[in-house]
Amino acid sequence: MKMTGAEIIVRLLEQKGIEKVAGIPGAANLHLYHALKESKIKHVLARHEQGAGFMAQGMARTTGRAGVCFTTSGPGATNLLTAIADAKLDSVPIVAITGQVASAAIGTDAFQEIDTYGLTVPITKHNFLVRKPEELLTIIPEAFHIAESGRPGPVVIDIPKDVQQQSCTFEAWPVFKEPGKGRPVTTNEVREIALRINEADRPVILAGGGVNTEESAALIIKLAETNNIPVTYTMRGIGCISPNHRLSLGMIGMHGTRYANALIEEADLLIALGARFDDRATGVSSNFCQNSEIIHIDIDASEINKIKKADYSLNASAEDVLREIIPFIQVNKREQWIDRFSELKSEMPYVSAPEEGEDIFHPLNIIKSVAHHVPEDSIISTDVGQHQMWVAQVWPFKNPRTFISSSGLGTMGFGVPAAIGAALANPRKKVVCFSGDGSILMNIQELVTMSENNLNITVLVFNNQSLGLVRQHQELFFSKNYMATQFEAKPDFPAIARAFGISGMDLTTSANPLDDLMNALEHPGPVLVNVPINTSEKVLPMVRPGAPNKDMIY
Amino acid sequence: METKNQLIIELHVNNHPGVMSHITGLFSRRGYNMEGILCGTIGEGETSIIYLLVAEDEKLEQIVLQLKKLYDVLDVKVRKNYDHAVFYNIEKLLAKGGV
Ligand SMILES: Cc1ncc(C[n+]2csc(CCOP(=O)(O)OP(=O)(O)O)c2C)c(N)n1
Repeated sequence: MKMTGAEIIVRLLEQKGIEKVAGIPGAANLHLYHALKESKIKHVLARHEQGAGFMAQGMARTTGRAGVCFTTSGPGATNLLTAIADAKLDSVPIVAITGQVASAAIGTDAFQEIDTYGLTVPITKHNFLVRKPEELLTIIPEAFHIAESGRPGPVVIDIPKDVQQQSCTFEAWPVFKEPGKGRPVTTNEVREIALRINEADRPVILAGGGVNTEESAALIIKLAETNNIPVTYTMRGIGCISPNHRLSLGMIGMHGTRYANALIEEADLLIALGARFDDRATGVSSNFCQNSEIIHIDIDASEINKIKKADYSLNASAEDVLREIIPFIQVNKREQWIDRFSELKSEMPYVSAPEEGEDIFHPLNIIKSVAHHVPEDSIISTDVGQHQMWVAQVWPFKNPRTFISSSGLGTMGFGVPAAIGAALANPRKKVVCFSGDGSILMNIQELVTMSENNLNITVLVFNNQSLGLVRQHQELFFSKNYMATQFEAKPDFPAIARAFGISGMDLTTSANPLDDLMNALEHPGPVLVNVPINTSEKVLPMVRPGAPNKDMIY
Repeated sequence: METKNQLIIELHVNNHPGVMSHITGLFSRRGYNMEGILCGTIGEGETSIIYLLVAEDEKLEQIVLQLKKLYDVLDVKVRKNYDHAVFYNIEKLLAKGGV
């Protein structure tokens, strides 16, 4: 066979089963776009490369398979960096194919030349600079394999334009290997851990992003129910157990439930599954679970003992370990421990909203009303701020991969393009994006992409006329010195939406706001709804930064 | 020469221009110190051996685990027995030629 590098890339993406890619063309990837013309892969034109990166993430986070995006060299690649870094911190598999100046021009400060390879070293799982078209035959399958294997992550393939243009001859197409799932676990290993669990008096499970899949979630519930173990989760673990399950402690950490943060400190055994002890989850890590033994199961060996020393650890897929361990787990009622859990739960009620009907615009009430109204398998994306935490606190997430939110990097601007990616990958599902009047402006241009593709997305802008979460920190910890967090100009978001070609609605002026909101949710195409929120609303409870988790402000 | 609290991490790596930046980048990004570095290709030049002189401290376990994750790192060994002279007399390398 004889083909150009660009044709090889496109054929390989097709063979990998990629149906949609997001991107923006430019001088250094024109050959790639030229080859795409002949393909059945649908290209979704983003309006900013960061948007393209988050669209790829939206596809990946909701399916578990690598999302793909294209950018040109120089500014195209630099614009993409935030989305890559975000994917790294949340272990999201994406493959970013960036154009590069011609090989001969590399190192000459050519037009739109930047060192994409060098810039992406610290924020990728791995990256490649392709030197010859024939290398694409190994690098592209390898890139997907790396992105999707073990602990997933972003991979960048930087491809000079001459490599896209040149032809090469080759004998056969490569095969795409199945993603690696970690080493097999032995019965002896799991037996020891099962013994610890069976012997513990007060165990708690901490579930992280590493178990946020259908299979792992079902296994966690089985483990928890058999042995009566309360389960808490990090933000990346949301969806692995319903918050309404009798053993669910809800989310842990800075804005988690008070009873999760309290009960975990009384545990004699912490079972951490695919969780990395992030400081938003643990508070001051040296104070976290000081008196309990820790079992840590993670597919990434470098996470074990990184933050918390584990008494027992297994470097393997948590799903495999769970499957193997369950037969050794004894049935146990643990009445005392479960009573203690119930006691704390009633002593320390979680967040409460005013009675519905009293204050419909209370953010928690709005979220609950939306949750009642949309199908259970809807996908919820958020931006970053108070609105994100409120959704994490009260949305009744029952299924893995339905809550997509920038957790590790906390990137404002994530919500809208990630919702687009989610809608592209799940055309039959309802997608709701909760954003803030600060965050939405960080990728507002992607409303055009939403409009162009007529996606079934409702964007709810929680408009508190401020950078709310930062304002909250100023109120609580910086003597109410609201520097740079109160907006003076108040953009008309529904009008902006309409200008971009999607419907816009403002609940501020509506006579029947709840009815209008429900109508907006039922509207099949893209809609933006402005939801007025009282500026003084706070996300509570809260762990003061630098304080131990159990001392929550509420 | 004082050598206590130091050891060598021996890396067997693929040999291409980006490998060194992955390794040095890992050290700067994670705040590890590298006291010395020595590198050369082996065999046909497909792979290289890199010796890193590092402090023997509580970060060592993490460094080794993070190095093992790098795609181009084929093997990682920690060596306590080594001839430290090469790292401390580095200027002698050029002494004879003069230029
Ligand atoms: C890109 C980026 N810049 C700055 C921040 C810091 N930050 C965190 S939350 C926040 C305010 C977000 O405001 P808004 O989107 O209106 O949400 P709200 O908190 O008001 O619900 C800011 C500025 C961030 N997380 N990301």
